Amino acid sequence: MSFKRFWVMFVARNKEFFRDSSALGWNFLFPFLIVVGFGVIFGGKEYNEFKVGVFPSDTEIVIVEKLSIPKAFRQTRLIQFIGVKTLSEGVEKLRHHAIDFLIKADSPTNDYWVSDTSPKGYLVEKLFHASLYSEPPPAQKQEIRAVPIRYVEWLFPGVLGMNIMFGALWGVGYIIVRYRKIGVLKRLKATPLTAFEYLSAQLLSRIVLMMFMVIVVWIGCDAIFHFKVEGSYGNIVLVFFLGSLSMCAMGLMLAARGTSEEFSSGLINFISWPMMFLSEVWFSLEGSPQWVKTVADFFPLIHLTRSVRKIMNDGAGLMNLMPEITAMLLTTAIFLALAAVLFSWNE
Amino acid sequence: MPGLLEIVNLVKKYKTLTAVDNISFSIPQGVCFGLLGPNGAGKTTTIEIIEDVISPTSGEILYKGKPRAASFREEVGIQFQKTELLSWLTIEETLKTFQSLYHKSSAIEDVIEMCQLNEIRAQYNDKVSGGQRQRLFLALALINDPDLLFLDEPSTGLDPQARHNLWDIILKIREQGKTIVLTTHYMEEAQKLCDDIAIMDHGKLIARGTPQELINTYCSDCVTDGLRAPNLEDVFIRMTGRGLRD
Ligand SMILES: Nc1ncnc2c1ncn2[C@@H]1O[C@H](COP(=O)(O)OP(=O)(O)OP(=O)(O)O)[C@@H](O)[C@H]1O
Ligand SMILES: [Mg+2]
Repeated sequence: MSFKRFWVMFVARNKEFFRDSSALGWNFLFPFLIVVGFGVIFGGKEYNEFKVGVFPSDTEIVIVEKLSIPKAFRQTRLIQFIGVKTLSEGVEKLRHHAIDFLIKADSPTNDYWVSDTSPKGYLVEKLFHASLYSEPPPAQKQEIRAVPIRYVEWLFPGVLGMNIMFGALWGVGYIIVRYRKIGVLKRLKATPLTAFEYLSAQLLSRIVLMMFMVIVVWIGCDAIFHFKVEGSYGNIVLVFFLGSLSMCAMGLMLAARGTSEEFSSGLINFISWPMMFLSEVWFSLEGSPQWVKTVADFFPLIHLTRSVRKIMNDGAGLMNLMPEITAMLLTTAIFLALAAVLFSWNE
Repeated sequence: MPGLLEIVNLVKKYKTLTAVDNISFSIPQGVCFGLLGPNGAGKTTTIEIIEDVISPTSGEILYKGKPRAASFREEVGIQFQKTELLSWLTIEETLKTFQSLYHKSSAIEDVIEMCQLNEIRAQYNDKVSGGQRQRLFLALALINDPDLLFLDEPSTGLDPQARHNLWDIILKIREQGKTIVLTTHYMEEAQKLCDDIAIMDHGKLIARGTPQELINTYCSDCVTDGLRAPNLEDVFIRMTGRGLRD
């Protein structure tokens, strides 16, 4: 191992990355745009769980205070009231689950309609019945004051992790296959450069660039959304480093052999898409079948997103993150070992 | 006397095709050795096996009487027939990068001067002309001041000035007692530069000797137009036929 040879390859790779300004811009812009986009979509709007149709009404938008339906029902939170012209129109909407519940205004007998197959309709019906009693039945209330975790706050670590995954698999894996195909690796093989020096330079260069991307995008998004971080920033940087390491090692393993760009892009897609969907980038796997969770545990990305969320949202320390950290280190070791055994400069 | 390089029973097979068909020869120290042959004869395959860039199906290569060690790569300079370089680096940065991969090296300025790269030294290496690229590849082969130089069709794509410059470089290196292994399709070039020539066809060696020996042996009766003596080109065509190669 010659540090000098490692270093010149590391520097050369960084130059390549930073001088390719279109690719560079995209690497920073992509996660930023996704987070900002989703923040706008889910951030400001009030969240309504149930939709209740009220007829007769000429307009779809109704002024809730002026509806002549039981007051307690009108004031229930999490219900969105929607005006409907006629009974038949309302029933049609019920049938198509466009609304969960239909009620007639100015009805002394409190007439309502509900679909017998709609679970939400069933719950609204219970709410409606309860609102008809003036006295609440006796029950002891204990309230917890939860600091709400906004969806962007939950989403953000996932999007950064996803960007690292794509960056690692394409930026390390695909590039090496391409370089093997067009003969760059052959030229390097003819020098004293060893495979270890070359590959570790590729790996570290990518990790450094990704950490830089994480920090820049984090600062940019934080300026807009003011993320609440319960745990330590140092730990966040550490787990991002471990996650990048593991995913770059995976890229190296996938690129250990082969000269077909088509095959390698197919392979990368085949791995990255399930990895993205099973790694809780967009939605939680809570409630999925056990086998799905087991499969997901083999992907480094899920351990990265989980540990960043635990630090950010729950203030977890490194001790609480042992399972995730172990998983990331273990996958790194396995991928690197396989990459080392399989690597070829020109086959 | 054993050669600097000994090639023993070398075979390279690609699926059904035998690119190199059991050849043995030796290359002495300090010569300019020319490997000639029609397209597809197996020159590049042979030379890349000797360079330790591709592995043979069977056979053995000895360098200074021993199997090639890790130090082999420090001592050789290689110009490939076909290769690519790292993108987004300038010519000068590319040379510096490659220079740093070796213990021993030539001065960057000397190499730039020798290969006439001064005007384009700040250009990105994928944004230069075909002949300029060839000169850069030659410069990379010289960057470690090699004792043994492999040049696979170095004059392809060069203009006459650059070709004469290449010849001067090769002759100068040979004067320093270094060894050069060269392939070329220009017989005039081979005749001018090479002390020792092997002609390959269909993966086999079909002739070997100095240019004059080859002419004397194979072309003493060649019919020329009477105004000139038979030359290496006449030998080549006699040995490999007039038919086109793929
Ligand atoms: N990687 C490969 N896979 C399959 N066949 C190959 C491969 N490389 C070379 N060949 C075949 O081996 C034969 C010898 O090729 P080689 O490149 O050694 O020829 P050459 O003498 O250098 O020709 P040229 O003068 O055109 O450069 C050719 O028939 C070629 O098609
Ligand atoms: Mg060739």
